[in-house]
Amino acid sequence: MEFLTAVFQHGFLQKAVAASLLASAACGMVGTYVVVKRIGFLAGGIAHAVLGGMGAALYFGFSSMLGALLAAIVAAIVLGLVKLHAKEQEDILIGALWAVGMAVGILFIAQIPGYQVDLMTYLFGNVLLVSNQQLLMMLLLNLILVAVIILFYKQFTAITFDEEFARLRGLPVTALYLLLLCMIAVSVVLIIQVVGLILVIALLTLPAAISQQYVHSMKKMMVLAVFLGMLFCVIGLALSYSTDAPSGATIILLTAAFYLASTVLRRLRLRALP
Amino acid sequence: MSNAIEIRNLSFSYNGLRVLDEVSLTVPENEFLGVVGPNAGGKSTLLKIVLGLLEADQGTVTVLGKSPRRARKELGYVPQYPTFPRDYPINVEQTVLMGRMGVTRPFAGYTGADASAAAQAMRETEIGHLSARRLNTLSGGQLQRVLLARALVGQPKLLLLDEPTSNIDTRMEYEIFDLLRHLNERMTIVVVSHDIGFISRYVRRVACLNRTLVCHDTAAIDGKTVQELYGTDVHMVAHSHG
Repeated sequence: MEFLTAVFQHGFLQKAVAASLLASAACGMVGTYVVVKRIGFLAGGIAHAVLGGMGAALYFGFSSMLGALLAAIVAAIVLGLVKLHAKEQEDILIGALWAVGMAVGILFIAQIPGYQVDLMTYLFGNVLLVSNQQLLMMLLLNLILVAVIILFYKQFTAITFDEEFARLRGLPVTALYLLLLCMIAVSVVLIIQVVGLILVIALLTLPAAISQQYVHSMKKMMVLAVFLGMLFCVIGLALSYSTDAPSGATIILLTAAFYLASTVLRRLRLRALP
Repeated sequence: MSNAIEIRNLSFSYNGLRVLDEVSLTVPENEFLGVVGPNAGGKSTLLKIVLGLLEADQGTVTVLGKSPRRARKELGYVPQYPTFPRDYPINVEQTVLMGRMGVTRPFAGYTGADASAAAQAMRETEIGHLSARRLNTLSGGQLQRVLLARALVGQPKLLLLDEPTSNIDTRMEYEIFDLLRHLNERMTIVVVSHDIGFISRYVRRVACLNRTLVCHDTAAIDGKTVQELYGTDVHMVAHSHG
């Protein structure tokens, strides 16, 4: 309650709530595809490679969100091509890109005096520092995500469900797959604003994974995941405000606790059935 | 009458190992052809080439008068094993609707026409009552019918099935083949099977495949052919058409 009054009083909290809601929307929609297609590790590779883009953006003096977006999309396309054409080395190459992206980012950031504090912000997020400009960009990216999902909903479902059959029905599977990975890249950039790039994967996948335990259609899964993501983010934010703990870590621990509780309850319920 | 499939001198190798050698096969329209042969005899490979999933090393393949890739949207395909995760959050109707891809509008969701085509395909395969069921609650036979409905919903001219009865019991096997015989009134059907005795009751012609191809009328299959087919390496075998 104390948090609610504070939100009405402080502009920075309003922005933090708005950013959390926008990030949750992306998490729920795109995270659903990540969960059903089981490409969480690949999404993790994209997220970590983003540090390279953020570092470069800082060093050359343009918007770090733009740098993150470019790096995420490049990483998504590279990893997509790896997945399609070098399946045998997939995990090694994802792991390599994961580390290389971070190494590049750290080298750039090390060149800038006095920026070491910001490194923590990129890695673990600080939603309380979100600017109006960032919020506007988040809104724009969210609208793009929604539009693309509405347009290509059945194609994305087809390629994540049964790639071979989708190809036989004449779908451009490779192009659609790369588009889906670019959507994941955009979502990752949105979520980084809230919880930082190390914690992205939990927020991207856990709300959708919880939803999958309760509903059994893609649309319902997306809606429930969006709702859960928003709930966890806002409650996490409130908890971190009242305990003065870092917001990103609080949100992630809350989300993970719900996932754990939901999974245990489900197991118990299934066991109780005759 | 034109031909649904024309294959001339087709050869294909996996990693230098030749699995299809100089295969020529013509399937006229409205044929009901069974492709039999031992495991690893090249049956599935042949099917994948007709579907355009694999490219021939040598020879030509024409499907419905076009290249296999161009003919794709007019084909219905039933895979041997479901190639999707059983726990995917999707029901029977949504699965069947995916067969409308390539026929329906490119953007946004499915249309009313798609829904009624799906309803008809489910009726024909007798799974209408399962339309809201999740895939992981279905039996093997029910799932096979879902795959068949998904192949039928795009109104194919040519239906290709890879071991459609390998995961189901005998009674179900008869039901599936009775259904195929009925479907054969309006489309060409090619069934791949390892069970020569069973399918020869249904199909009009059998192509025996073990790296090379021997074509027979069902009546001409005798012990000698079977022995040659499943025994050692078989090249062209003298055969007569009745």
